[in-house]
Amino acid sequence: MAKVIFDSERCKGCELCVSVCPRGIIRMSNTLNSQGYHSAEVVEQDKCISCAFCARICPDTVIEVYRETKGKVS
Amino acid sequence: MAERVMMKGNEAVAEGAIRAGCRYFFGYPITPQNEVPEYMSRRLPKIGGVFIQAESEVSAINMVYGAGGAGGRAMTSSSSPGISLKQEGISYIATAEVPCVIVNMARGGPGLGGLTPSQSDYFQAVKGGGHGDYHLIVLAPWSVQEMVDLVGLAFDLADKYRNPAMILGDAILGQMMEPVTFKSEPIDPKDLPAKPWATVGLSGERKPNLINSLGLLPEHLESINLRLQEKYKKIAENEVRFEGTDVDDADLVVVAYGTTSRVAKSAIDQARKDGKKVGLFRPITLWPFPTKQIQELAAAGKRFLVVEMSAGQMVEDVRLAVNGEASVEFFGKLNGAIPTVEEVYREIMSRF
Amino acid sequence: MEQVFGRPKALSEKRLHYCPGCTHGIIHRLVAEAIDDLGIQDKTIGVAPVGCAVLAYDYFNLDFQQAAHGRAPAVATGIKRVLPDRFVFTYQGDGDLASIGMAEIVHAAARGEKITVIFINNAIYGMTGGQMAPTSLPGQKTTTSPYGRDINTVGYPIRVAEMLTTLDGPAYISRVSVHDPKHINKAKEAIRKAFEVQIQGLGFSLVEVLSTCPTNWGLSPREALKWLEENMIPYYPLGVFKSPEEVSKVGA
Repeated sequence: MAKVIFDSERCKGCELCVSVCPRGIIRMSNTLNSQGYHSAEVVEQDKCISCAFCARICPDTVIEVYRETKGKVS
Repeated sequence: MAERVMMKGNEAVAEGAIRAGCRYFFGYPITPQNEVPEYMSRRLPKIGGVFIQAESEVSAINMVYGAGGAGGRAMTSSSSPGISLKQEGISYIATAEVPCVIVNMARGGPGLGGLTPSQSDYFQAVKGGGHGDYHLIVLAPWSVQEMVDLVGLAFDLADKYRNPAMILGDAILGQMMEPVTFKSEPIDPKDLPAKPWATVGLSGERKPNLINSLGLLPEHLESINLRLQEKYKKIAENEVRFEGTDVDDADLVVVAYGTTSRVAKSAIDQARKDGKKVGLFRPITLWPFPTKQIQELAAAGKRFLVVEMSAGQMVEDVRLAVNGEASVEFFGKLNGAIPTVEEVYREIMSRF
Repeated sequence: MEQVFGRPKALSEKRLHYCPGCTHGIIHRLVAEAIDDLGIQDKTIGVAPVGCAVLAYDYFNLDFQQAAHGRAPAVATGIKRVLPDRFVFTYQGDGDLASIGMAEIVHAAARGEKITVIFINNAIYGMTGGQMAPTSLPGQKTTTSPYGRDINTVGYPIRVAEMLTTLDGPAYISRVSVHDPKHINKAKEAIRKAFEVQIQGLGFSLVEVLSTCPTNWGLSPREALKWLEENMIPYYPLGVFKSPEEVSKVGA
């Protein structure tokens, strides 16, 4: 299941998220969104560590981040 | 119960405002209106109100914008050069439709001008004053009593129409002392009607309230302007106030407001004793201007003499009203001194 | 799955009009997060400036007033004095606050006006097309300093946080940056602290946030973050310049 969800329509392709991802898994898509930007995306969701650096630096609130709760001691 | 006291015009307008429920005053010192902020600084803190001596007239009017937008009855006062500084804020306030009252105890201009009375701020008061198509409701008292009466009316009209209102006095009206009667009980601000548009913090499920004058898209800006013009039309239809004395049988009607209308009244009384058919028409609302009433007088065949302490400002509105149907002459003073009764009497007599 | 990051409630869903990579959006979100954290959305009134953030009122789920250029602290003063139990903040850029609005900010600070000011310093006029700001750096090229800011003719940039710290009125003043996630977290802490100062009625609070303007700096968004770090922070050191003890405890 996806840990990081991009609302690609809001993305302006600034690439700030790409610059801060510690796993280097964010890339710019080949397609354009309706604003005419190449939006950011993550394909390898399993490599995401849910650090939310991308979401923190995103100026356009494009990104939602989730974390596995399974096996977690409550 | 009616109280009768002797008061200076500046103090009367301040006390009148407080009695009208004004609890927020923001001002900056300038002669000849300093008794207004001084009075407010004494009284407001004692009754749970706020007085701030701002860093400038510019700041003072913007504090009024904030306070009025937050729902309070707010006021500022100044004199001509200070009112010029406030114009930016007044334009925003008018466009954002924030009710408030601005007092101008006008002094001679242009530039730094003088400290003595003048009516040369008429254009600035009634034609908008700052940038854009807007109007203030402008009330012109001619006595200390009317300072009290009209400042109360100014707050009521400001709230009713969500529009800034101005009291246009002058140095002499602010400084002179006269007996004043406070006719009605003071208003407790808590009893004033609610202002559901005010920015007080989101409550319940309503959408955020916004006090704003920005219209970036042409259609948005047009809708703002059309709404304002519609409102001004309504105000013009409903809120014209004036006083006519000995006008009905008069051949010559003297048109004057404020201080000059008092002088004109005495001169007219004298001319009447000499058998001259002369009357006084005194606009109390300078905006909306009593255009229709003056039109009717022109249609009835009367001639006009406009007396002002200016190079001729209100006379333009009289001429617009008359629209070439009658003769409109002008007598003005530019030296910062009030015309004497004798001078106005001579002007009247020379026209018979 | 539990959500670790999403849109704060106080931030509206409207898409921001800012240029790609402009950090205004980050700072808007931090303000909204602080308001959410403190649970004061229904008691907060914002004041928008003139400048790029003129439409800030569209981006927050809050009551708002839009102020004339530089006058936001005066407008906020009026609101706060009518509603002393509400929280009032201004959001102002460097041209708005440090040039045309210098009198308003200095006197609001000197009065100890119980408002919070979010001051965005990106060393340039953004909205009008990249002109020199009071905070433009020595040598910085802008559309009105095309040969670089010459300190011999136009003088020096103004360090607002330090200048206001000389006054007795302010209770909390800090400077933060948003050029990386670590500093963004610190910026959020500072903004929250500034609001807490107001909640506790301690006085005037201001957070100066170093921000980017990729478009008018002529840099890519990523280069702009680097430029901020390498050029702005040395001139505008980060840190807390003034903090009351009561708040230090709350934030500890």
